[in-house]
Amino acid sequence: MSFLFEFANPKRFMELSGALLPWLATAAALALIAGLVLGFGTPPDYQQGDTVRIMFVHVPAAWIAMMAYGLMALASIVGLVNRHPLADLAAACAAPLGAVFTALGLVTGSLWGKPMWGAWWVWDGRLTSFLLLLFLYLGYIALRGAFDDETRAARAAAILAIVGAVNLPIIEFSVQWWTTLHQGESILRKGGPAIAPVFLWPLLFMALGYTFLFFTLWMLRMRTAILDRRARTLMLRGAQ
Amino acid sequence: MSDFFGQGGYAGYVLPAYAISAFALALLVVWTLGAYRKAKARLKNIGAP
Repeated sequence: MSFLFEFANPKRFMELSGALLPWLATAAALALIAGLVLGFGTPPDYQQGDTVRIMFVHVPAAWIAMMAYGLMALASIVGLVNRHPLADLAAACAAPLGAVFTALGLVTGSLWGKPMWGAWWVWDGRLTSFLLLLFLYLGYIALRGAFDDETRAARAAAILAIVGAVNLPIIEFSVQWWTTLHQGESILRKGGPAIAPVFLWPLLFMALGYTFLFFTLWMLRMRTAILDRRARTLMLRGAQ
Repeated sequence: MSDFFGQGGYAGYVLPAYAISAFALALLVVWTLGAYRKAKARLKNIGAP
């Protein structure tokens, strides 16, 4: 953990993230290009036809949506327990990104559900808990904005983020617990992935691309917030 | 090319899924970069070291 706190020093964070950013952004672009080329190069699936390609944008968006929430909840715990200002900032910067990825997971899922299930939406465990994830993100953002006092806003939002984390295992296991049209876990399962390699590769590249893109944007947003805070401090000092 | 725009009869679902994803992520990049540049410019205007 100690290296994390080293990285979490704002000055050190600015140095390290500044050096890392160009590499992360390049990796994101390359992985996304590879994923798109491979994704549109695959043959249609024998059951799902060409709609299988929706998987390459749906699954990574849903993964990042959940990962971002997990990171936001972890950062909230560190922010709450250690009173580390950068941890709170990290949580706040992850929220809007997570909300966008969640919305994308819902919309692309809907576009996949209509031709394959015959319905844009069903109120089953997976879809409902995933919709709740979007509301948790939006609630978090709204709660942060509802307080004038930044410390109180951070504390209230952190508690919401941590309590809301109970939704993550519900999303994950919803396809086992309840009857659903949504397919079960097909990548990280016992006995290896249940999908053909020809579909697995584009999915992995798109997932990598989405992951790199998320971290690029997260770092950029955190840098922005640090710069803004620095500017505010300087203005206050100047006003005195 | 007609394969790409046809998508085996599912073009109405596959292409919007990609278009919406690309649009939303591009918007996110533009918004994030814009805020970053603005923050940098603001700090420079104040005359930060």
